Amino acid sequence: MAVVTGETTSSDTRKRRTLTQRDARLGLWLMSPTLLVVLGIVIFPLLWSILISFQRLRLIEIGRADFFKPLTLANYERVLTSSNFWTSLITTFVYTFGSVVLSIGLGVLVAMAVRQPFRGRTLVRAAYLLPYVAPVVAVTFIWRTMLNPQFGIINEIGQSWLGWDEPIAFLSQAQGTWEVLGLDIPVPTALLTTIAFEGWRYFPFAFLFLMARLAAMSGEPEEAALVDGATPWQSFRFIVLPQLMPIIALLAVLRTIWTFNEFDDIFLLTGGAAGTGVASIQIYNYLTVQRNVGAAAAQSVIMSLILIGLLAIYLLILRRRGERV
Amino acid sequence: MSTQTIVTPPSQVAAPPQQRAPAGTRHRVQSRVFGIGRWVVIAAFLIATLVPFYYMLLLSVKPIEALLRDPSSMIVSPSEFTLQTYVDVLAPVASGGQGFGRFLANSAVVALASVALALLIGIPGAYAIARLPFIGRKQVSGVFLAAYLFPAILMAIPLFVGFTRIGLRGSLVGLIVVYTAQTVPVTIYMLRNYFETVPEAIEEAGLMDGLSRIGVLRKISLRLAMPSIMSTGLFVFMIAWNEFLFALLFLVDRRERWTVSLGLSQLSGSVEVPTTVLMAGSVVLTLPIIIMFFATERLLTGGLTAGAEKG
Repeated sequence: MAVVTGETTSSDTRKRRTLTQRDARLGLWLMSPTLLVVLGIVIFPLLWSILISFQRLRLIEIGRADFFKPLTLANYERVLTSSNFWTSLITTFVYTFGSVVLSIGLGVLVAMAVRQPFRGRTLVRAAYLLPYVAPVVAVTFIWRTMLNPQFGIINEIGQSWLGWDEPIAFLSQAQGTWEVLGLDIPVPTALLTTIAFEGWRYFPFAFLFLMARLAAMSGEPEEAALVDGATPWQSFRFIVLPQLMPIIALLAVLRTIWTFNEFDDIFLLTGGAAGTGVASIQIYNYLTVQRNVGAAAAQSVIMSLILIGLLAIYLLILRRRGERV
Repeated sequence: MSTQTIVTPPSQVAAPPQQRAPAGTRHRVQSRVFGIGRWVVIAAFLIATLVPFYYMLLLSVKPIEALLRDPSSMIVSPSEFTLQTYVDVLAPVASGGQGFGRFLANSAVVALASVALALLIGIPGAYAIARLPFIGRKQVSGVFLAAYLFPAILMAIPLFVGFTRIGLRGSLVGLIVVYTAQTVPVTIYMLRNYFETVPEAIEEAGLMDGLSRIGVLRKISLRLAMPSIMSTGLFVFMIAWNEFLFALLFLVDRRERWTVSLGLSQLSGSVEVPTTVLMAGSVVLTLPIIIMFFATERLLTGGLTAGAEKG
C-alpha cells in the first residue's frame, strides 16, 4: 500500500510500466509453488525415468540407485527382443482403437437421442454420467460379479432366457467361438469384454462434450434443410455431424492418449490375463514380478514414443482434412 | 470453420429437386423410426447405466447364501434383507471385520488434504496465468499438457524409487504429494478460465481504490470465482478418492494405511471375503462420490442454464 501511494507522484506512463513489472514479478511468485510441484513430482521423475531406462536397476537395489550408474542399452534390447512386447503392442492397439471408437460412437448416439428436451431429461443425463464418475475399483468389481460364471446375473440370464448351453467366462477366456450361420468364428472374448467395459465407462465423457456442442448449435440450417425436403438422416449426416467433427476429433485425441496409457481398468478386470495384456500391464509386471526397474522404464519410454508418433500422424491427418474442408 | 460447414451441406441435400416427392414418404418413415429409436436408445442406456449400480446395492443387503441359492433374483425379500454385510465390512480386523472404517478415514484424509493443497497451490497459479504478464506465461500450459502424454506408470517408477529412499513411500503423505502434483495442472486449467471471465475493469477499480494485487485476488477475484473453486475442489476430491495405481504401488504392504479403493481391490482378489460383504464395501466407496456428483451437477447445470437464459 505504501508503495502504491508513492507511485502516485510519478508520471502516468511510468506508473503503468512499473505496475506491469511488479505484476510480472508477482506472477512468477504466484506461479512458483505450482512450478515447484510440477517440476519436482512430474517433470523431474519423467527425466529420471528416461535415465533409469538406460541403467541396470533391479527392485532390490533401489535403495542404492544413483544418477551416475553406467549407461547401457541392455534394457531396450531386452524389451524389444521379448516376444511379449510385440503381442502386448498389438493388444494395446486393438484395445485402444476399439475403445476409442466405441466410446465416441455411443456418445454420439446417446447425445443425439437426448437432444430434444423431454420431462426428466436432467435426471437421465445425470444417470448417464454415473459410469464415468464412479470409482474404477467399484465399477470393475460390479462388472466382475455380474459376469461371474458361477453366480453372475449375466450368465444366469443368458442360460435361462437366451439359451446359452454353458456360462461364458467373459473375463478369463482368451479365445471363444461364435457360431454364426454354421460357421465357427473365433473371438477374443476377454479383450472384447474389456473394450465393451471401456465403451460403457467412457461414453459419458464423449456424451458430455457432444451435448455441450449440440446445445450451442444453431437450429436454423436444419430447419432450412427440412423445408428443402431433407430426411432426418440426411440432416444428421450433412448438417449436424460436420459441426460435431471438431469435437469428435478432439475427443479422439484425448481418449487415444488416455486409453493407450490405461492401466487400472484392465488390471482390475482381468489382471492382464486371457489375451488382455496391454503394454501398461507388461510394464507393471516388469516392475513388480520380474523386479526389473530398468526394463519397466525402457518399455514406458518406448510406449511414450509410439504414442507421440501416433498423435503426430493424427494431427497431420486432421490438418490436411482441415485444409480441404 | 464451422460457418463454412454450415453453408455447404444444405446445397448437397437440396441438390436433386426431382427426388422431392419420394423423399417426402422417406422423410415420414425415417421420422417415425428415429422417433421410436430415440426412446429405445434412451431406455437401453438407462438400463445399462443404472442396473449395475442397482445390482451393487441389491447384493450389498443380501446374505451370501441367498445370492448363491438364487443368483438370478433381482429383488431382495424382506426376510433376507440384512445390514450385517455393512457391519462386517466396516468393523476393524481385530473384531472380525474387514477394516473399511479405517480405509474410509485414510481415503478422506488423503482426498481432503489433496484438495486443500491443490487449491492452495493452484489458485495463485491460475490467477497468475490468467492476469499477470510474467515470462513464460504462454509456454507453461503447454509444458503441463505435454507431461500428460506419458503413462502414469512412467512417473511412478522414479517416484517409487525416490520415495522409498526418503521414507515417504509407505505413508499417506507420499500419496498426498503425488495426488496434489497430479491435480494442480487440472485445477489451474479449470480456474484460469473463470479468472479470465472476471471483468478486468472490476479488478482495476480495486487497484485504483488502493488494493494491492494480492488484495484484489483475495477480496474480489476469489469471491467471484467461489462457485468454480468449489466445483474444482470437488473434482480434485473425486480424482484423489478414486485413484488406484499409486495407492497400489506405495501402500500395498501396509494394510492399516490402505485407501478404500486399494482395500476393495485387494480383498476382492481373495476368496475368503463373501461377495456380498465386498459389495457393501463398493457401496461405501461409491456413495460419497455419487452424492458429491449430484450436488455439483445441480451447481453446474444451474450455472449453465443461467448463461443460456441470457442468450
